[in-house]
Amino acid sequence: MADTQINQGAVKRSGGFSFLSLFRRPEAGAAAGFILIFLFFGYFGVEKNFLTALGTSTWLNFASKVGIIAIPIAFLMIAGELDISIGAIIPAGGIVMALSVETFGFNIWFGVLISFAVAAAIGWVNGMLVTRTRVPSLIVTLATLFVVAGLNAYISKQIAGTTQHSMPDAGVISEFLLGDYHSLVLGDGDNAFTIFRSLQSSFFIWIAVAIACFYILHISPWGNWILAMGGDQESAHNAGIPTKRLKIALFMLSAMAAALVGMTEAVLANTASTTTQFGMIFNTIICVVVGGVLLTGGFGSVAGVVFGTLTFGIVFQGINFTAFDKDLNMLFIGALLLVAVLMNDTFRNLATSASTTKKK
Amino acid sequence: MSDKTPVLEMRKVDKSFGPIDVLHEISLKVNEGEVLCLLGDNGAGKSTLIKTLSGVHQPTRGEMYMDGKPVSFSNPKNAQEMGIATVHQFGGTYPLMSIGRNFFAGAEPTKGFGPFKIFDRQKANSIAVEQVQRFGITRITDGDRLVGGLSGGERQSLAIARAVYFGARVLILDEPTAALGVKQAAHVLRIVNEAKRRGLAVIFITHQVMHAMAVGDHFAVLIRGAIAADFRKGDKTREEIADLMAGGESMADLEANIEGYMEAHDGQVPDPVH
Repeated sequence: MADTQINQGAVKRSGGFSFLSLFRRPEAGAAAGFILIFLFFGYFGVEKNFLTALGTSTWLNFASKVGIIAIPIAFLMIAGELDISIGAIIPAGGIVMALSVETFGFNIWFGVLISFAVAAAIGWVNGMLVTRTRVPSLIVTLATLFVVAGLNAYISKQIAGTTQHSMPDAGVISEFLLGDYHSLVLGDGDNAFTIFRSLQSSFFIWIAVAIACFYILHISPWGNWILAMGGDQESAHNAGIPTKRLKIALFMLSAMAAALVGMTEAVLANTASTTTQFGMIFNTIICVVVGGVLLTGGFGSVAGVVFGTLTFGIVFQGINFTAFDKDLNMLFIGALLLVAVLMNDTFRNLATSASTTKKK
Repeated sequence: MSDKTPVLEMRKVDKSFGPIDVLHEISLKVNEGEVLCLLGDNGAGKSTLIKTLSGVHQPTRGEMYMDGKPVSFSNPKNAQEMGIATVHQFGGTYPLMSIGRNFFAGAEPTKGFGPFKIFDRQKANSIAVEQVQRFGITRITDGDRLVGGLSGGERQSLAIARAVYFGARVLILDEPTAALGVKQAAHVLRIVNEAKRRGLAVIFITHQVMHAMAVGDHFAVLIRGAIAADFRKGDKTREEIADLMAGGESMADLEANIEGYMEAHDGQVPDPVH
């Protein structure tokens, strides 16, 4: 007992690669699912240009908007919370910017700033209500969803007299960054090689958000706090993690992501509407769950959610490239969700039992 | 031993919640390298006592001393900073996080430059595995393993190793063996002994007399919020302790019953019930 030998060799090996350690990764199931779905639609959609650059852009553009919000929602879910108020914050983000630019004549970037500030304030209220009252976040954000939706319509009409705001073109740079179509073609004439075509700015914003969030969750120490908070909130609090402040910050993050999507849509379409996007609430939750995040918290990864969003994007848009009846779309999504949840469960069990050392 | 200054001492501590008195005049002390076993049946006030020791509750009356100096803990964090670590049954471990991440939750080792801090996974894993192995858990060699795959005893060990690594001087173990099998419990008891050998003051809460006998130096039996017996190792046999604990209340009732019977039946002792 006293002279316990320390298994040095094994300790050092922990940095290496092993097949079993793959199962521990929350994105394992989501990645496998993505490959399967991609092959499926690639096969059935090949004749209708699913695999062309333009076809790919169709579902990538759709996925990017869901994806920008899905990652912060995943953070909240890992921390054991939910945010459905994003359905009203998306239009709020668009109309706050449109009002700033159109009605008040501000510079577009100042409008972006105001829009983010408004979203952050809504997120802060969400976070305060959840941490102070202990009312489940589903109920709190359901309430704020309707409060914000009501304010969207009321304030729009009071200030501008309409629920549809036009968003004037506001400079080349802001269009380029927030809402435009981008193509990259190498060479010209017969040698032209298309890297991508008609990808919206939101796709590139999504990549940036994913990288930033990957850093937060997997590289920085804060990620450990988010995971620990979802795993066992009381223990996390006892371990000195500022659980309340962290939770409020996460609600602010998801609200700001939603506003960002609203702004990209407004710049792209040159119009902002107060219509509440109820569909996005479900879309983001589906992406997060398909991405392998545990609904009860404590487990998940950014890569998993990105794969989940890609899979969802393909299933949602891909049916248009196949010979299947379009009415089956929802059925496909329901089936996808069910299969994903069951698969994630299996993978998670493998994860807890996966050991790189043989049991002695 | 007795002339040493106790690491943690309670003198005549009372705790009441409104009109309900939960603890009465509790006096306890625990020295370095010593295990104090707190025995008591359910509802005896064990958890209130733990919470008072670990800063969740403040005593209504009475004083607490650390190294002979009076102290009061305003909250659990305060107590932790003073070196009092409480390990609950599975507390402090997150099943779906790796061993390394679990070990350093809330105090992550970082590397990197400026505002871009990087969680040092390699360092966290190797320290966590080393510390746990020092407590004799040689089966854990991979810091990336998820804690959910460990046995109950191993999770306890991880939590204890973590507390010790972060500078605990007093270790409060709340029923660490309650939910464990015989082998796993033995495991945890070995770890308690190891903590004692390293000079920690351990307060071991249990209702399993066998486990208490295996590691305890000093015993206190808690009945209805008061210390009913306080004795050192070897002073009492296991049967006596078990009687004290399990019987403390019912034995007294039984005696009263018998006396009542005898009065009513001209001093006749009731027939033994078989």
